[in-house]
Amino acid sequence: MKKIKISFLGLIAVGLLMSTNSCKPKNAGDTVSSDAAGKVYVAPGHYDEFYNFVSGGFSGQMSVYGLPSGRLLKVVPIFSVNPENGYGYSEETKPMLNTSHGFIPWDDQHHLELSQTNGETDGRWIFANANNTPRVARVNLATFHTDEIIELPNSAGNHSSPFITENTEYVVAGTRFSVPPDDQNGDVPINTYKENFKGTISFISVDKTSGGMDIAFQLQCPAVDFDLSHSGKGPSSGWFFFSCYNTEKANTLLEVNASKRDKDFIMAVNWKKAEEYFKAGKGRKQSVKYAHNVYNEKTQTATSEIKTEVTVLDSKELKDICYFIPCPKSPHGCDVDPTGEYIVGSGKLAALIPVFSFEKIQKAIAAKDYIGDYDGIPVIKYESALYGEVKKPGLGPLHTEFDGRGNAITTMFVSSEVVKWNIKDLTIIDRQPTYYSPGHLCIPGGDTKKPNGKYLIVYNKITKDRYLPTGPELAQAAQLFDISGDKMKLLLDFPTIGEPHYAQAIEASVIKDRSVKFFKIEGNNNPYVSKGEATTKVVREGNKVHVYMTAIRSHLTPDNIEGIKMGDEVYFHITNIEQDWDVPHGFAIKGAGNAELLVMPGETCTLKWMPDRVGIFPFYCTDFCSALHQEMQGYLRVSAASSNVPISFSTGTNIPKSDSTGNK
Amino acid sequence: MIIMKKILKLISAAIVVVMMSCNSESSTQNSSTDNVTPKSGQEAVKDDDSQKDVVKVAVGSKDHTTLVAALKQADLITSLSNAGPFTVFAPTNDAFNKLPTGTLDGLMKDDKKTDLQNVLQYHVTLSAMKAESFTDGQILGMVNGDNVTVSVKDGKVTLNGTAHIIASIPASNGMIHVIDAVLLPPAKK
Repeated sequence: MKKIKISFLGLIAVGLLMSTNSCKPKNAGDTVSSDAAGKVYVAPGHYDEFYNFVSGGFSGQMSVYGLPSGRLLKVVPIFSVNPENGYGYSEETKPMLNTSHGFIPWDDQHHLELSQTNGETDGRWIFANANNTPRVARVNLATFHTDEIIELPNSAGNHSSPFITENTEYVVAGTRFSVPPDDQNGDVPINTYKENFKGTISFISVDKTSGGMDIAFQLQCPAVDFDLSHSGKGPSSGWFFFSCYNTEKANTLLEVNASKRDKDFIMAVNWKKAEEYFKAGKGRKQSVKYAHNVYNEKTQTATSEIKTEVTVLDSKELKDICYFIPCPKSPHGCDVDPTGEYIVGSGKLAALIPVFSFEKIQKAIAAKDYIGDYDGIPVIKYESALYGEVKKPGLGPLHTEFDGRGNAITTMFVSSEVVKWNIKDLTIIDRQPTYYSPGHLCIPGGDTKKPNGKYLIVYNKITKDRYLPTGPELAQAAQLFDISGDKMKLLLDFPTIGEPHYAQAIEASVIKDRSVKFFKIEGNNNPYVSKGEATTKVVREGNKVHVYMTAIRSHLTPDNIEGIKMGDEVYFHITNIEQDWDVPHGFAIKGAGNAELLVMPGETCTLKWMPDRVGIFPFYCTDFCSALHQEMQGYLRVSAASSNVPISFSTGTNIPKSDSTGNK
Repeated sequence: MIIMKKILKLISAAIVVVMMSCNSESSTQNSSTDNVTPKSGQEAVKDDDSQKDVVKVAVGSKDHTTLVAALKQADLITSLSNAGPFTVFAPTNDAFNKLPTGTLDGLMKDDKKTDLQNVLQYHVTLSAMKAESFTDGQILGMVNGDNVTVSVKDGKVTLNGTAHIIASIPASNGMIHVIDAVLLPPAKK
């Protein structure tokens, strides 16, 4: 953060000199209207109106909030292990985090995109990007469970992702770092960037019914940094727009060296054309290595497959796929308005916001109205693509969303404000301070054909004095605005998990009634399921011991296990045989070096455990399930490797003879 | 019994009202004007998918209308809709009919609620016990604080020497054992 601030200092000074409407935040007390509390109050026992899905940034996870209350509903683990419920630790979910680099327990989760039908959010899935080890995930919104993760070859820093086409035909993923392609020797001097490095954009197809992902094809592009992107819609259907910075092709001190050119680019991609070339076999098969991990709902188990080939289309050879549009000063946000006609590029260092016209872009392409080419890709004349410029919007424009009433709202990182402007006449209607340094913003459906312009949520990077201090590390935060009127009204602050980047919101009614309450036990095809207590068992296979255990209020079966020996690998396969809403059971055993399990009703989860010493090891249910939760416990006996204690297991019967009548 | 039926009708109406009121989520309004604090507990949660809990099993049984009415009068519906685990001995309507005339009507009066609670809580214990897990001579500590003595003969379970388990029904939050006599707590010393 510090570096960015320093780099902007000069700009701020210039901005203050040039601009009469410099936009210092006013006192917070002045900006909250007196009826704000009533507008965000959701009475106990009542539901929020919207789900807000918020990226977790360096937490690697996605959090789910209710709006307008700002109540945290759930944190969904996606790219980071989660010992709280066993994600990434259970045998069933470990494969989800497999990559060509092996098991990766963490990532940096930046952007989220809800699935769409006809350009409107449909609430079926939400896609998430991993920025560090490039991947895209799909979360099922009936279960709020990560169902699929696909790795991206030829990529590094998957930032320009996971934005989708109007009918979720494709999820795109543009690489932030250009790198040498995976099938070439990467052992090259870094300063041979210009010769050896390439930028790649992946088009991941999505199955209409299952949501299953597959890398359909990749576009090999010049070695720029792809930053953000959005799909065309309506008239611009079939096109995708990507912001590009570092068109200087710097490989060091980008802070200075990638800020030299007056204009970088928005890259317009005719993906329908690319798809056509791909289907016509114009792509080159490239040898690569990437993981494709799928969670199977029936077996409740993930599998990871390493794939070895991808089809690459060359954007230089296939002339009519890619076009560059000059865009001032390191564009970041690349946002398409609900009509699909206007493309907004936000140059982080620019003193204006350019708005491009799709119609004019098409005319310019038809007339070959180019100023030249960049690495063989035509560069459209700026003025020929430009609809107009928003003058003096504020400092450091980053991201834009749309209210569905003809207006756009843009965050200004440097001047800490949100600015509302009219798309048609490019005039500024309102500006409100944010606290402080906003990054992304979100309006429900705000990047679709049909925004719901009731609320705006702004995600701030810096909170300093906004909350009680908690040492050097402070929470980042969301701020909720009422945008139903001309003036945007600040209603609420709420702190967030990790670092929020892009977020999505959707009317609760689209999702809530499809939410799964529990898994039907008869549909559980996990190979290690116990569908009832009668089928529980302990099976030794060499030094592997499989414990088939059930959990139901308020006991584990079996709860007395003997015959485990030093050197054994014990697999606890816990099936929660409840068929009731909101009754998870947990499982933990002393000395476990991994995590606990939280097992949903009807689900089977497996924890691997290796005894480190001879003795008695207690295990128990970790989720307060019932009045006798504290009684939900058992013992496992570990004997020496040479011992001849046989495997035995039971519940309720392993009692001394003198006590065999049993008393309560 | 006519009175009982009237009460039952009222209760079913009340349950319907409760069920309906839980549908009215504030999905379109910001809720400063919403009614607050629903008057019911977990029994009002709308859930047609889960296995039925002991209350819903009892409500669904035509042989247990008296028990359900009594549980309602004793304010025990919410507690028995909780996570449990419960073992509920559920006397049939016939079992209640075998009580001396006037006993039940007396207990159903508002000023006798504590006595009714005492009787009904004498039919509930914590932990979900299957019929086959009872042993002869077993002493069960009931929710009201008194004990029930179990006898098992030829696989048949009798409680306090008077009530026989005639059916056992698993529920999501415990076990229901249908019995043919009402268990009466020992007189207070």
